[in-house]
Amino acid sequence: MDKTPFLNVDELSVEFRTRNGIVQALEKVSLHVEKGEVLGVVGESGSGKSVTAYTAIGLLDAAGEASHGTVTFDGMPLTDAREADLRDLRGREISMIFQNPRAALNPIRPVGKQIEDVLLRHVQATRQTARDKAVAMLKKVKIVEPEQRYWSYPFELSGGMCQRVMIAIALACDPRLLIADEPTTGLDVTTQKATMDLIRELTREQNMSVVLITHDLGMAAAYCDRLVVMQKGRVVESAPVNDLFAAPQHPYTKKLIAASPGPNSTLEELTAVPDEMETANMAQPNVAPLPKRPKTAEPEKLLEVIDLVKEFPIKSDNVSLLPWRNNGQEEQAFRAVDGISFSMMRGESLGLVGESGCGKSTTSNIITRLMDPTSGDVIFDHRNITTHSAAKFARLPERMKIQMVFQDPTESLNPRYSARQSIAQPLRHLKGLRNRKEIATKVDALAELVGLPGNLLDRFPHQLSGGQKARVGIARSIAVDPLLLVLDEPTSALDVSVQAVVLQLLDQLKRDLGMSYIFVSHDLNVVRLLCERVIVMNRGKIIETGTADEVLNNPEEAYTKTLVEAIPHFEPRTEIERQVSAL
Amino acid sequence: MTRFLKHFRYVMGENPVTVFAFSLFTVILFMGIFGHWIAPYDPLATNTAMTLKPPSWSHPFGTDHLGRDVFSRVIVATRLDLGIAVSAVALSFLIGSALGCSAGFWGGWPDRIIGRFSDTIMAFPLFVLAMGIVAAMGNSVENIIYATAIINLPFYIRVSRTEASVRRNAGYVNAARLSGCTDGRILATQVFPNILPPMMIQISLNMGWAILNAAGLSFIGLGVRPPDAEWGIMVAEGATYIVSGEWWLALFPGAALMTAVFCFNLLGDGLRDLVDPLRRT
Repeated sequence: MDKTPFLNVDELSVEFRTRNGIVQALEKVSLHVEKGEVLGVVGESGSGKSVTAYTAIGLLDAAGEASHGTVTFDGMPLTDAREADLRDLRGREISMIFQNPRAALNPIRPVGKQIEDVLLRHVQATRQTARDKAVAMLKKVKIVEPEQRYWSYPFELSGGMCQRVMIAIALACDPRLLIADEPTTGLDVTTQKATMDLIRELTREQNMSVVLITHDLGMAAAYCDRLVVMQKGRVVESAPVNDLFAAPQHPYTKKLIAASPGPNSTLEELTAVPDEMETANMAQPNVAPLPKRPKTAEPEKLLEVIDLVKEFPIKSDNVSLLPWRNNGQEEQAFRAVDGISFSMMRGESLGLVGESGCGKSTTSNIITRLMDPTSGDVIFDHRNITTHSAAKFARLPERMKIQMVFQDPTESLNPRYSARQSIAQPLRHLKGLRNRKEIATKVDALAELVGLPGNLLDRFPHQLSGGQKARVGIARSIAVDPLLLVLDEPTSALDVSVQAVVLQLLDQLKRDLGMSYIFVSHDLNVVRLLCERVIVMNRGKIIETGTADEVLNNPEEAYTKTLVEAIPHFEPRTEIERQVSAL
Repeated sequence: MTRFLKHFRYVMGENPVTVFAFSLFTVILFMGIFGHWIAPYDPLATNTAMTLKPPSWSHPFGTDHLGRDVFSRVIVATRLDLGIAVSAVALSFLIGSALGCSAGFWGGWPDRIIGRFSDTIMAFPLFVLAMGIVAAMGNSVENIIYATAIINLPFYIRVSRTEASVRRNAGYVNAARLSGCTDGRILATQVFPNILPPMMIQISLNMGWAILNAAGLSFIGLGVRPPDAEWGIMVAEGATYIVSGEWWLALFPGAALMTAVFCFNLLGDGLRDLVDPLRRT
């Protein structure tokens, strides 16, 4: 570093004015990016990584204020630049890729036109050449049939395609710095790999600097040259990737690395304890108030799914408005689940893995009887539970035995119910408990079991952290002692260290209470930690089953292989490997 | 309760417009409840010696063509106008949100029937429809309430239908299903409470319209009959005297009407903040 770096953030502090006074979002954050370098900014939610990026390019929310420090870009100060100058700079010199590509694109404008807008705004093209340039950009981000896709609207494209369009918009004017804010959240692992590979390829080509903001250490390790670790608005560590993973200096970095499941780690190794639990001193629940189920000597079949099919009607384009004209046409249907069969034993835990749209959520919704199958049977505990409609099933005694933990802990809690009310809900309606005292003791016991401090029970969901909300959701689902717990991506909305704690909690509950799990997830690394057996699904069909280690280490099917390989790897690469991949 | 009061104080402190709207609302409410006792004169007592007197210290709003005190009549009329508006809005809120929630929650044929039903009402010019209903059912205050409730129904149906259909597959609704709740219970305990914040905006806007509507019906001679004091009738009676220079007959009840509508329109945001749990930290 002989001169000032390309992008230099020097002791930047940002404050937000809120209802409860001023919140310090950033505290003297310093970082720098060199030309052609890929800098990874990692940290958990709320660590200030996005705020840093937004402040750097002057897109900070009106409530926020940069109270201290400077940002310079190629020698030009950005913190007190005029808005008009910043507007010229954004898009031409500095570009950004946002978290949710579908939300970042204008829904009522063809994507090609949106690329043209950027080109015209920065006078990179004239009206005559803009169209060709936009099509060329679409081709560059490897969108097939760019001429046709030019006229597509965002809703006609998949999430991965939308992100490609975003990349095309961001790179249209050949910027010198690209800021990617969690560019692959919400995308499947294989799409994530394709997107990241594309970003790497295009930015390398032009020797562009990249700031990659992510919570995924594996991805940061695979795609960055240097990492900056942030915690609570501060930079705690900054080191080249290899050094960081080989010898992490700061305890927080160590904790983060320890909490991320790799392809070989076991559940016991994930020994991260998030701060909230440390302070509450509730790390390990040592009392188990619920009676343990006696373990049956020989394994008994708990669940059998036979030839399950679920069809959804789709509207075809050429259906006439006049109903009598449609006589000849058969109603078209989309098979979300296409004749799957499997069985599981009592006390077993089964992983259901696949990309979005493979039918795993539909399957789990049918098993939990939230949805009626088109055909097929689900035999649970020797009884066919598909003979009753989903609406009637709510009143049957079997309802108690199958419970579910939902994907998004925030969305699955009624915003008007306190944590206590949410946990008490199944007790009231399924167990028919009426006595307030009885319910209160039971809820307290459950909260202790899942490690939720008692003083949080009277809070509303928006006053709880993600991990605490996940605990409320788990407590609610185990309140009625189910035999089978369906976990629908229970940790995908959580930070890694919280994920580690929740996974350990689930594992302990399984051993203590003798429940069976169906664990639905797209993350093979996580599934492997909890499940003995794994089912891989694609397009509504089961394509591979086997023990977790078998499937992960020696996948038989090509699809499973791509799935396993797409997981960003965590091991630091050797110098030779780096050079090979750099070529 | 103390929690609510604390929250109320916070919502007030956040927005001075809300404070203004709520204090105005308190004044209107006070006049509505105690109007009969605080009015200086009997609103129905005629005085032939004092007809069409301009505003003075003894009659701040002047007197009308029968010598009645306009100030007292404006105050006393509050109860009737507010009563009509509140009961009409309450009726259409209850029926409309029940219909709209079921339409949005279940979809399918209930949705289609309820949707077409509200479209049918919307297809008429609403004021003309209200006139028709009152004319057909008979000229009484109850029928004004029913007519106002019916013409406001579609707005509640539409808002609650949209809000309920967004939430029908929310995680907490599925969780309630797993807890053994029936559809009806889910609708009542999970969906309905969560659509209250946007409904509050609708209610407060609608109160203004309902008052205007009731006054409008009275103005054209339907509903409230003279000699009862009601803002719409008073404006109608006073309108003929504006040309001859007795402006105070129509101006003051008109101003009262305007203030009330203005107040309810401002009230909306504050009401929403009060019932929104996310604002309670």
